[in-house]
Formats: sequence, C-alpha cells, structure tokens
Amino acid sequence: MLEVEQVSKIFPGRKGLFGSSPEVQALKGVSLRIAKGESFGLVGESGSGKTTLTRSILRLDVPTSGRIMFEGEDLATLTPAALRHLRSKIQIVFQDPFASLNPRMSVHDIVTEPMLVHRAELGLSARQRSDRAAELLSLVGLGEQHLHRYPHEFSGGQRQRICVARALAPKPSLVLLDEPTSALDVSVQAQVLNLLIDLQDRLGLTYLFISHDLGVVRYLCDRVALILRGEIVEEGATQAVFEHPQSAYAKMLISAMPQVAFS
Amino acid sequence: MSEPSKQVSPMGVAADPMEDIAVESARRLAWRRAVFRFRQSSLSMLGLAMVLAVLFVAVFGSALAPFPEHIAGGVDTGNRFMPPSLAHPFGTNELGQDVLSLVMAGTRVSVLAGLGIVLIATVLGTVIGAVAGFFGGWLDEVLMRISDLQLTIPGLIFAMAVAAALGAGLFNMVIAISLGWWPGFARLVRGEVLAKREETFVVAAYAIGAHPLRILFRHILPNIISPVIVKMSLDIGFAILTVASLGFVGIGVRPPTPEWGTLLSISRSYMPDFWWTAVFPGLAMFFAIFGFNLLGDGLRDVLDPRARR
Repeated sequence: MLEVEQVSKIFPGRKGLFGSSPEVQALKGVSLRIAKGESFGLVGESGSGKTTLTRSILRLDVPTSGRIMFEGEDLATLTPAALRHLRSKIQIVFQDPFASLNPRMSVHDIVTEPMLVHRAELGLSARQRSDRAAELLSLVGLGEQHLHRYPHEFSGGQRQRICVARALAPKPSLVLLDEPTSALDVSVQAQVLNLLIDLQDRLGLTYLFISHDLGVVRYLCDRVALILRGEIVEEGATQAVFEHPQSAYAKMLISAMPQVAFS
Repeated sequence: MSEPSKQVSPMGVAADPMEDIAVESARRLAWRRAVFRFRQSSLSMLGLAMVLAVLFVAVFGSALAPFPEHIAGGVDTGNRFMPPSLAHPFGTNELGQDVLSLVMAGTRVSVLAGLGIVLIATVLGTVIGAVAGFFGGWLDEVLMRISDLQLTIPGLIFAMAVAAALGAGLFNMVIAISLGWWPGFARLVRGEVLAKREETFVVAAYAIGAHPLRILFRHILPNIISPVIVKMSLDIGFAILTVASLGFVGIGVRPPTPEWGTLLSISRSYMPDFWWTAVFPGLAMFFAIFGFNLLGDGLRDVLDPRARR
C-alpha cells in the first residue's frame, strides 16, 4: 500500500551575515513497506527523522531523493489538484491535540471540513455530511451534543478523539499517527489507544504509528522499524524485534524498557 | 485586570460530557465572557459611552443643533464673538455663528471621514498583508517593499499631495489619507499570517487536502481578526486627527461645511482673546479621539489577551 524507497531528505545549511548553520541530513535512504491492514510502528528518539518522514509521506516536505509510492502512484508525479484528491486517502493525527484544531471552528465544521473538501469524491450533501459527523463523533466516543461546541471546551483526550474523527471523515485507507498519545495523561492514553485498535478492526484501516514509546508500539503494532539519526536500523515483526533484537541500538532500547506487562 | 472569583471558570463549564446543564451554545458563552470582561473595566465602559455619544451626535447633530441656519452658512453679524452664555454655550465666532451648532454639525464629517479612512485602509491592508504573508516569495518582497516605501513618506504630506491632485472634497480626502494608511495594517496582518501559517491546525488543513485559498480564508484570517479590530478602533482616533489636520492646513472640506479642523484653523487668528472659538472644536476632537482610544484599549484587553499589560 505504501512504499517508501530510498528516501533521503537534506535540509540545506544557511550561510548568512549573522552566522551560518550546517546542512542537516534528516533522512538517509529510508525504505519501508506497509501492507494494507497492518499497523506499522516507527520508533525513534527526538530528532531521528520520524516527523520528516511523516511530512514527506503527506508531501508537506519534498524528499531530496528517493520515491514514495501510495497505492502504486508516485507522489512526486502528481499535479497539485491530484495530490489534494489523494490526500483524502492519507490522513494524519498529530501529537498535540491543543494545537491541531482551529479554535474558531466548531466541532461540526472541523469534522465536516474534509468531507466538504472532498465532496466530489464522497458525494455527500450538506445534510449527509452533518449526519456523518454525528456518526463519526459517536464512533470515537463523543456525542451529537458536542457538535456545536468549540475546541477550547474539550479536554486533551476529547480533542484527540475529535482529531481522529476528522481524520476518518474522508474515508482514508492509511492513517498516520504521529505520537497521538504522548501529550495525554497515561489513563487517557490507554483509552485513545484502545479506540484506535477498535477503529482499525471495524474499518480495516492501515496505521503508520510513530512513537518513542516502545510499550505502546508493542501493544499496538504488527511490525516495527527503529529509526536512528535518519536511518532504519532494525525492522521486523514486533514480536521478533522485541524478543530477538539484532542491532545494538535495538538491544539497548529494549533492555532499557521498564518491565510492565501490557497483556 | 484581576479576575474576580465569582466568574465561572471558562474551561470547566462545558468540558465534561456528563454535564448537560450547559445548554448555552459555545459562541454565546464566549461572547458573554468577553462582555463581562469588558464591563469589568470602567475605562473601557467610559470609552464606549464616549464613542456612542460621538456617534449619536454624528447622526443627529445637524438636526439637534440649536441654530441650524448657521450650519448652512447663515451669519448673524450682530452677535459676533459672544462669549459662552446660556443662549450660546460655546459662544459665537467671527460671523456670529453659534459654535456649538458648528461643532455638532462638524462631528458628522470628522467621524464619517475617520471611519471611512480606517475601513478602506483595513480592507486594502488586510488583502495586501494576507497575500504577502501567505504566498511569500517574490510577491511578499514586492508588496512589503512598496509598503516600506509608503511608510517612509510622512502620512500628512502624502495625503496633502494626493488631496491636492484629486481636488478638494470629503471623498477625495478620505481616499488620500487611506492611501497612506494601509501599510500599518498590511504589516500587522502579514506578521499574524506568517505566525498562523506554521500552526498545526493549518498543517492539518493542508493534510486534509484543502485548497490554499480555503486555508487562508477559513483557517488563517478568522484567527487574526482580533488584532485587526483592535487596531481599527485605535486608528479611528488618529484618522479623525489627520482629517482635522488636513482641514487645518486648508486642504479637505471647504467652508461653509463645518469640520473641526477647519473651524480650528479659522479661529486661530482670534486667539487668545476669543478663545472659545478654538477651544471648543479642539475639545470635541479631544473627546472623540480619547473615546475611540479608550474603546480600542478595552477591546484589545478582551480580544487580544496576549497584549494585556
């Protein structure tokens, strides 16, 4: 479904009057394959290139070299209109639920916006969009009574649910989860994770789950890759990686995991 | 401004899904909170009252004036330079006209011109600033260098030149002043747009596949409207002052149409003996500008909490 082939991203350095900065190689030949219906975990520390990779998949950043193919189409060859069209298929939930909702839009407007933008493909009338928004809210554990409220009235966990509802609105096949729980309380984290697992079962979604939390990744993902300074250092089935890590980095990370049994 | 304890915590009202007591819609709640905060400040309320008084006089001033015939240009040479009295609370001028009537009638021209200037400058500046900040690149460079250039020319001199080229008259004067007024708005809007462009919810809108224009109008502009409104209300006072300055130097509204700056300009040769002819138009100006500034400060406190001192 998603193929990332030898993607590199170099942020050019800056030479100016007031000092210069060296160029940064955020991604070095990263290759990944994500199959339909699986949960793929991407684990790495801060600055390892996780976010650059998500931005490249969404084509908010353009890779310096390499290709990203989604359902057989190379993202680089698409026209802006075709790219906007494709974006209904790939959705994202961001890390910070407080910043990722427009404070001036009601929950109804936030959740219906993707359907409005992609109304040509989805073929929904205004009425149907509102109905679907209510449906999506109940799907993520909120209710119709929240439709006409504004983001500032919700807690972090509730806002993240709204973000999930928005991401599901255009009927995507791939959802990027960029540390969706790391800004939440531990108890709320578990609720949101269970919601995500439940939604995947029901809707047959494919997840790319980005995290620095190994416990969460082990709980949620079928396959996992470790990224270190822009390079994939280990990749495999979650159980195999956790039980028989190959690379030194993976061994170090896994041995440092606190021993809390999830299952 | 201190938050009194009787105010309901804004976050706690409707966040809990169990709590269905809060039937009030969010928009009304936010609005009521803003009104409450505004009313907490007596200076803001004073500013609002002053602005309402000025607007009232601007609308009904000519009708309520005690000597309407003087507004149209009628003279009463028998009563020249009468000091303030019960019949003429602001005295009379060199033509025997009632200064109170002239000041009341002049309110309309000054306030109308002030509002017009700020409106035109806001629209022009917002469009230019939003385009520059949102699209960036060479467009940004060109638009911002033009506005920098504009800012290097003193506003009054520029307005005088444009007004002289266009000819006298209220409308031409408004155009002349607004042409020098928009860069302030353009810079404000550009800066705000640049900041909002990086917000996660804007990135989220891109990821949804929204069209750039939709992102600009639906996600960015609504979030920068507050500082623009604040600047508008603060600028109206200065716009009124600029109109009066143009009237004072003789470009702008021609007599007999009464206008504060023109009244002041004519009276200055009779100072200090017949002080009332100059002092009362000046006080009217002071009153209006002070009111709009207090209102602007109050609005800023409510709408733009980051700028609160």
